[in-house]
Amino acid sequence: MRTAPFPILVLLVAPLMASVQAATPADLLKGYSAEARAQQAGFTPSAQRGAAFYARTFGVSAKMPACTSCHTADPAKAGRHVVTDKPIKPLAPAANPERFTDLAKADKWFGRNCKEVVGRDCTAAEKADFVAFVTGGR
Amino acid sequence: MKTPYLFAAFLVLPLAARADKLVIPANAPPAFEAECGACHLAFPPALLDAKGWRRVMTQLDNHYGDNAGLDDKTRQAIETFLVQNAGGDKVSGAPLAKGEPPRLTATPWFKRKHHEVPAKVWQDPKVKSPANCAACHRRAAAGSYREREIVMPDGRRWEEKEDD
Repeated sequence: MRTAPFPILVLLVAPLMASVQAATPADLLKGYSAEARAQQAGFTPSAQRGAAFYARTFGVSAKMPACTSCHTADPAKAGRHVVTDKPIKPLAPAANPERFTDLAKADKWFGRNCKEVVGRDCTAAEKADFVAFVTGGR
Repeated sequence: MKTPYLFAAFLVLPLAARADKLVIPANAPPAFEAECGACHLAFPPALLDAKGWRRVMTQLDNHYGDNAGLDDKTRQAIETFLVQNAGGDKVSGAPLAKGEPPRLTATPWFKRKHHEVPAKVWQDPKVKSPANCAACHRRAAAGSYREREIVMPDGRRWEEKEDD
């Protein structure tokens, strides 16, 4: 009788633990790719397309016309926020292992930065390509 | 008699020391540093009044021209903290452009504190924005704004400026 609450507690806490557990960039790439495939049959992520997207000048924002405005031309290098001058750690997991290990965080930044720089939400395909590029995958 | 003077000094000193310290109150939610501090110094809440903070937090999708959108729960937690620890009338901010929230760099207090700073310093590429406290207040991240710690963009200490 006394032990009964224990399994209930575990059931309640387990999903929380799972959400805190770190994902890997490969997990995120897989997730975005699956999402993209649902919209576009046969999609496979491309680091090359991701590189082109990263280097593209969208010109929507005067101060931040491209990803590179703050993140520099090389995602393995540290950047600086172009308005506030706050240092930005490298995007590439090779240089900054924290990157792309938290889906909610990645989604938050794609959400903000895509609207700002690209002028709209990014598609799942664009996110998959982007992660493929910064992780140095194919 | 020296005693009354000494006594007076003890009364005044804590006030003077406090003016140099702008620490983040300990009850800050973890999201405060994580979210606000991701793009700029997580500003001490005392730098803007409650009305100003509410305006800032109700239009995060247009945060001085930047998208700083947050999920509602996080937004609410940060707003509550900012409002609870907000400053008074002296830090009632003004917007610099139409439609943007009030700026903590446009409060009577901020302007008075910085009125000796020459225009060319604000325009220095290493400063970029008056809200870039750490450009000169090198220990701003630790909440310390003492005059003797100020280093201007040209590398000279603020206290040396009279030698011009």
